[in-house]
Amino acid sequence: MIQHHIDLGLALRRSVSDMFSDLVTRPTGAAVRQEIEQQLAAVQDSTLTVIDFSHVGLLDFSCADEVVAKLLLRCISDAGSPVGFFIFRGMREEHLDAIEAVLERRGLVLLVQTPDGMVRVVGELGKRERAAWEALDRTGGMDHSALAHLLECSREEALRALDNLCARRLALRLEESYLAIGNALLARGIQ
Amino acid sequence: MTTVITVPPSLDDHSFELLLEQLAPLPADEKILVDARHARWSSPYGLTALLALAQSRAERPAFAGPEAEDTASYWARTGFYRHAEAVYDLHGHVPRQRPSPGESSVLLEITSVEKSEDVHQVVGRIQERSQQILVSELKLDPQSVMRFAMTLSEACQNIVEHAGRSGWVAVQTYRWQKRLGRRVVVIAVCDAGMGFRRSLESAHGRPRSDRWDDAMALEEAVVRGVSRFRDPGRGQGLAGVRRYIGKWDGKLSIRSGTARIAIVPSWDDDVALAEGLPEFPGAQMQITIPERVGAS
Repeated sequence: MIQHHIDLGLALRRSVSDMFSDLVTRPTGAAVRQEIEQQLAAVQDSTLTVIDFSHVGLLDFSCADEVVAKLLLRCISDAGSPVGFFIFRGMREEHLDAIEAVLERRGLVLLVQTPDGMVRVVGELGKRERAAWEALDRTGGMDHSALAHLLECSREEALRALDNLCARRLALRLEESYLAIGNALLARGIQ
Repeated sequence: MTTVITVPPSLDDHSFELLLEQLAPLPADEKILVDARHARWSSPYGLTALLALAQSRAERPAFAGPEAEDTASYWARTGFYRHAEAVYDLHGHVPRQRPSPGESSVLLEITSVEKSEDVHQVVGRIQERSQQILVSELKLDPQSVMRFAMTLSEACQNIVEHAGRSGWVAVQTYRWQKRLGRRVVVIAVCDAGMGFRRSLESAHGRPRSDRWDDAMALEEAVVRGVSRFRDPGRGQGLAGVRRYIGKWDGKLSIRSGTARIAIVPSWDDDVALAEGLPEFPGAQMQITIPERVGAS
């Protein structure tokens, strides 16, 4: 999988102003999202894009909705062109405040790499889906029969959970096996 | 003929209603003189609402400032006169705004807000100035500096997104001896623009119920997070503000049209919803964050 890195602080300076380091207001968020979308235009379906918040000062709720939520909505939308997968990193607790609020409002999830390097799912995810993602991430990948055995559920339920993870861009299918977008993937060299 | 509108000695969100009661019977094009000569104190809400009052008049009003030198000097330091001269004909002595490096109570001078860039400027400035006040004096946790700036950002965006004209923001800190006996930080954001009811009415195809008025519009926007935009992601700003206000045991009040809604903490005895107030256009928001008690 190809990795693509977007520095949000740089995207802000490019698209709005050299003077600003805070992601505030909807017009600012929309401009930054358009800058990201331009960069993603050439991206293939199997690309992992790391969105880096390290150089962002403040992130308010409105801007979080414009940048993060709308980007994720486009990513999971069938109508949108394929833009691969996202991991967000460099977030502080206050950034997560705003992001968790907009994810909850829109029923979205995203993957965050915490300062200790671990990837975790943020947002509302069903109990079985969360357990499935953790199992995939822990084991490096498996098919739906193995997951059903591990989670002690039917194969249909396991398959549904895996398909749901794929639809939400938290996992990808490689023939009969499923792979989590997460720690196992990063451990394979995508840093 | 000019009608004199008397400013009470102490001007805050409640006593501002006395001005609006005096204004209510007057047509918008009647010449008025806002007489603040005997004013001794004003909250940031009072000062920014005085500017919005001028903005609401069809005929440019006159203004006579406080006679007490310390009051006039303080109002000057808040930047009031700099903005007032744009919307009022100023009468009497107009103190010059002098830089006062020792002045720490004015966290953000009165600042005009109209577009997104203004919000960036406000947010940048408040982060520089609020750290010491919020953490050392109000004893809030260090993350509060960012969260406070987020709150301010969302409050200001209400003007950018909904007012349809410019407004003003100010942030001050003072000891609220009488009501609370604690230090508070107060954010005031006032405009005389579209207001909540008209903003929500502008939503295409919005169904109207039998009861549709300013109070209901405020309830929809503040309590239920409804916005004039169809996008379900809209309306998150005020929801975020409410979340932080709750965390800080603070108070949020918003007046629009003929109603005022408040998220009232246990230390305050304000009403949650006031209806039938004198008509005043736009939206006037106040956020009060008290010093944390029981913190080491």
